[in-house]
Amino acid sequence: MKEQLLEYTLRLGDNALILGQRLGEWCGHGPILEQDIALSNMALDQLGQARMLMQYAAEQKGGDYTEDKMAFFRDVTEYHNCLLVELENGDWGRTMARQFLFDTYNYYFYTALLSSADERLKEVAHKAIKEVAYHAQWSAEWIIRLGDGTEESHRRIQESMDDLWEWTGELFTMDDVDKLMIEAGIGVDLSRVKEQWDQKVDQILELATLKRPSDDWFQSGGKQGEHSEYLGFVLAEMQHLPRMHPEAEW
Amino acid sequence: MSDAVWEILKKVSDPEIPVLTVVDMGVVRKIEQEAETLVVSITPTYSGCPAMDEIESNIRWALEENGYTSVEVKLILSPPWTTDWMTDEGKAKLQEYGIAPPEGSSADKSVLFGEAKKVMCPRCKSRNTKLVSQFGSTACKALYKCDECQEPFDYFKCL
Ligand SMILES: [Zn+2]
Repeated sequence: MKEQLLEYTLRLGDNALILGQRLGEWCGHGPILEQDIALSNMALDQLGQARMLMQYAAEQKGGDYTEDKMAFFRDVTEYHNCLLVELENGDWGRTMARQFLFDTYNYYFYTALLSSADERLKEVAHKAIKEVAYHAQWSAEWIIRLGDGTEESHRRIQESMDDLWEWTGELFTMDDVDKLMIEAGIGVDLSRVKEQWDQKVDQILELATLKRPSDDWFQSGGKQGEHSEYLGFVLAEMQHLPRMHPEAEW
Repeated sequence: MSDAVWEILKKVSDPEIPVLTVVDMGVVRKIEQEAETLVVSITPTYSGCPAMDEIESNIRWALEENGYTSVEVKLILSPPWTTDWMTDEGKAKLQEYGIAPPEGSSADKSVLFGEAKKVMCPRCKSRNTKLVSQFGSTACKALYKCDECQEPFDYFKCL
C-alpha cells in the first residue's frame, strides 16, 4: 500500500513536471508575446504542482530525500508520467493538441481527486484544480481557433490530433496501482474520467470542425516506467546541471 | 503579542506587486506561539508562484529585525488561497496602482468555456474592455485592453 501510494504520487508529479518542462521549451519562442507568456505561465503552474507532489513523494521516501532529489536524480525507468506529456512539442498546433487532450483529462481527474481519502493529495487537488481550469479553457479555445480557422491551420491541427490520439489511451487504463488506490478511496476511477473526457473532447472537436480520430490501437507503458525515446532528452536537459554540480545553490 | 506581529507583517510587501503587503494579499493565515518559536503560517497564491520563497524570507527578516529571534514560517496548502482573501484595502491599492482588482467570487464558473467578464479599466473606469489573454505578466494576472482609453492593463484574476 505504501509503495503504491508513492507510485501514484509520482505519476501525478511526473506528469506535471515533464509537461512543465516541455512547455518551458516554448519560452521565448511563442508566435506572439501574449501566447509565449501564456505558455510560460502554464509551465510555471505545472512546475508548482510538481513541487507539491515531489515534496510529498520525498516525505514518503523518507531519509535524505528532497523534492530536488526526486526530480533531478531519478532516471528514465523511474519516471511514471504518461507518454503523452513527454512527446516533442512540434509546431504550435501540435503543442495545443497535446495540451488540450491532457488538460481536459487533468481537469476531470483533479475534480475527482478533490474527494480523495488522502489528505495531502486532496490538498494538492484543491490547489491545482483552479489553475487547471484556466489551462483547459485556454487550450480548448486554441483547438477551436485552429480547427475552424484557415485551410492550412485546419489541416495541420487535424494531423496533430490524428498523430497524438494513440497516446491518449494510457490516460484511462487502470493497472494494479490504480485499482488498489481506488479501493482505498484515494485514487480516481478513470472510467468515469473517460466518460467526461469523451464528452468534452467531442464537443470541442465538433465546434472546431475536426474529426475525432478512431480508437484503433493505443501506446502504453509510461505509468509503469517504460518510456518513449523522447524522455531521455527531456531529463538530460533538465538534470544535467544539478548532476554536474550536485552541491550547487542558487 | 499577536497584534504586534500583524503590525510588522503589514509592512512586508509582496515582491511581485510592491504596493500590496502580504497581509493585503491574504497569504498570512495564522500566527501562533509554540514554546519559544513564533510560527507564521502562509499559503501560496498560485502553486508555482516564484515569489513564495522570497515572501517567506522577507517575513522572517522583518520579524527578526523586530527582535523575534526564533521564527518559523510554515507553508500550508489547505484551505487553498483564493482572491476572496485579499482585503478591501488591498483591492483599492491595486486599483490605484493600475491593476484591476479581482471582481466577484473566486467560484468563477465562467472560467470553463464561458464568456470572459467585462472588467473595469483601472485608468478611465470604463467597462468597455476586452480580454487579450487569460495569462498575463505574472501567474496571477490576465491581460486586458480598454476600448475606451485604448490602454492595455493587468487584471488580477479570480482564483
Ligand atoms: Zn480605459
